[in-house]
Amino acid sequence: MSRIAARFAALKTEGRGALIPFLEAYDPDPATSLAILRGMPGAGADLIEIGVPFTDPMADGPIIQRAGLRGLKAGATLAGTLAMVRDFRTQDDATPIVLMGYFNPIMSYGVDRFCVDAAASGVDGLIVVDVPPEESDVLVPQATAAGLDMIRLVAPTTGDARLPMVLKASTGFVYYVAITGITGTRSATATDLAAAIPRVRAHTDLPIAIGFGVRTPAQAAEAVRAADAAVVASALIERLAGTLDAQGRATGSTVRTVLDDVRALAEAVRGARL
Amino acid sequence: MNKTIPNSFRSGPDDRGRFGQFGGRFVAETLMPLILEVEAAYEAAKIDPSFDKEWRRLLKDYVGRPSPLWFAERMTTHLRKNAPEGMGAKVYFKRDELNHTGAHKINAVLGQILLAKRMGKTRIIAETGAGQHGVATATACALMDLPCVVYMGAVDVERQKPNVFRMKLLGAEVIPATSGSATLKDAMNEALRDWVANVSDTYYCIGTVAGPHPYPQMVRDFQSVIGVEARAQMLEAEGRLPDVLVAAIGGGSNAMGLFHPFLDDPEVAMVGVEAAGHGLDTDQHAAAISRGRPGVLHGNLTYLLQTTQGQITEAHSISAGLDYPGVGPEHSWLAELGRVSYVAATDNEALDAFQICSRLEGIIPALEPAHALAEVIKRAPTMAADQIILMNLCGRGDKDIFAVAEHLGVSL
Repeated sequence: MSRIAARFAALKTEGRGALIPFLEAYDPDPATSLAILRGMPGAGADLIEIGVPFTDPMADGPIIQRAGLRGLKAGATLAGTLAMVRDFRTQDDATPIVLMGYFNPIMSYGVDRFCVDAAASGVDGLIVVDVPPEESDVLVPQATAAGLDMIRLVAPTTGDARLPMVLKASTGFVYYVAITGITGTRSATATDLAAAIPRVRAHTDLPIAIGFGVRTPAQAAEAVRAADAAVVASALIERLAGTLDAQGRATGSTVRTVLDDVRALAEAVRGARL
Repeated sequence: MNKTIPNSFRSGPDDRGRFGQFGGRFVAETLMPLILEVEAAYEAAKIDPSFDKEWRRLLKDYVGRPSPLWFAERMTTHLRKNAPEGMGAKVYFKRDELNHTGAHKINAVLGQILLAKRMGKTRIIAETGAGQHGVATATACALMDLPCVVYMGAVDVERQKPNVFRMKLLGAEVIPATSGSATLKDAMNEALRDWVANVSDTYYCIGTVAGPHPYPQMVRDFQSVIGVEARAQMLEAEGRLPDVLVAAIGGGSNAMGLFHPFLDDPEVAMVGVEAAGHGLDTDQHAAAISRGRPGVLHGNLTYLLQTTQGQITEAHSISAGLDYPGVGPEHSWLAELGRVSYVAATDNEALDAFQICSRLEGIIPALEPAHALAEVIKRAPTMAADQIILMNLCGRGDKDIFAVAEHLGVSL
């Protein structure tokens, strides 16, 4: 069983939802970002999503775009991101890691080699934002052969006719984009989610994570009441950015501040269904 | 890579929006349903005679089409002076700079805004670099009474002030894109983000033959009015087809518009001219085909300027309209098949051509077609005197006089 499937199965037994915090690789430097990554499971992360920096992240808002640019400035590459995961795996062999990014850096790396290297480094799944099911053949055969899950986005705009096709193309879990918009802007209401998630659930047995607009512990709790997992990205990045000095460098409080927030989110997620 | 020569060069794209390996629909799921909606609406509009009739009425009575085909006699004579005996092709210009709003952009904008109305959309967004596509979109929106938001890189807002003011006069809202490098590619990122957040009422009017399917095909189809006219006009003027077509390439919409109707005429050679900026071997150019490699950006797989790590790099050209790190996917395909040759002209070559055209023909060209003219100046003297070279003069230079004056050290 894959790490993703094993983790969701265990949480199901526990009767609770998952917290999936996000960090951008190399933001603001490789050591700080690795320290945050290593600290996340202890702070209550059930799965972890790592953003791979790209110059032109068209589905992301300014918060994540700036994080990506900080990462690139600090020398982030796809190979460097995989090295981070390998470092992480020396201490943690259970927490699933999902890479989220755009196709062009993968294409440059070489799709075949990337999928093999990612799996060997301990990556469990991929969210490649700009490869929709229609373009699957550029990546999915290689990812599947390497044992990587392909996590698909489902949006409020994904109509009923299209939904089964998108879900069929998904493995590991499904990422429900809660709003029509980019990351870090607005939030969905509990009522929106209560209506949207059963529509997705009707077509899949995979766990459903809710992302885009999940910012606070209360919203994370709402998300796991409606679905199986909450992804928190922009809010954590924004907190990280707030701790940087005027030159954009990490300070003594950077790692602690982010992990404190993860802890508060985890507490809310764990309390949500009790 | 499949390099088999197809039966026709005009049959693309396939039903996945691919030209060979290029093109496609590389967008987030949030945008995918919108792209499919545009595609379905365009396929329906294309076969509706009333849609075509209204578009052609606007082209004729509002834009002023057909644009003339001009035998550039003084340019021809000038280029023969330094050519060997019996050499020096006849130079013709397709004069799309005479269109309302001063460039070819309006051809595809009017088609797209009619499509948006047909789809029931009530708000239009666009991206712009130099401001020509933004002005054309703002113009069409004024005419059709639709609110218009134009995204423009903050750097471009600063260097293209006259066009920013034009757009505002026309009633558009201009939003500076401050993310990333704050130029055209970032304006396109911002427009895509706006679209995804305003899915129900908004239509995204793309300015070139790039982006996710169906945009490269749709913009090409509308711009093909240039080549269709030029073909008929050339047959009437010379009784035969031209030997060489030349056009500037940024995203490549004016070139696709001229080339496409001639692609299956094997006797017609074609040359696309990219911006070499400070030189192809510097890091200051915009020559995606000459110096880039295939990658995915803004919804399509195509030649891109990028680092070895797949990060998109900044383009540079004296012409803001060519200042884009990618190129339309159909050009990438035609380049790989060898049907069209792609060359480049530097900032300085374009500046020289800009001045020569002004003095010899009494036509101040935009800096974009000045790149094409730089190639004509090199190529015509190597062709026989009874051969014909046809260049797309796709825009006028009014917008560029400030930038050119600055480069020539003249203060206005």
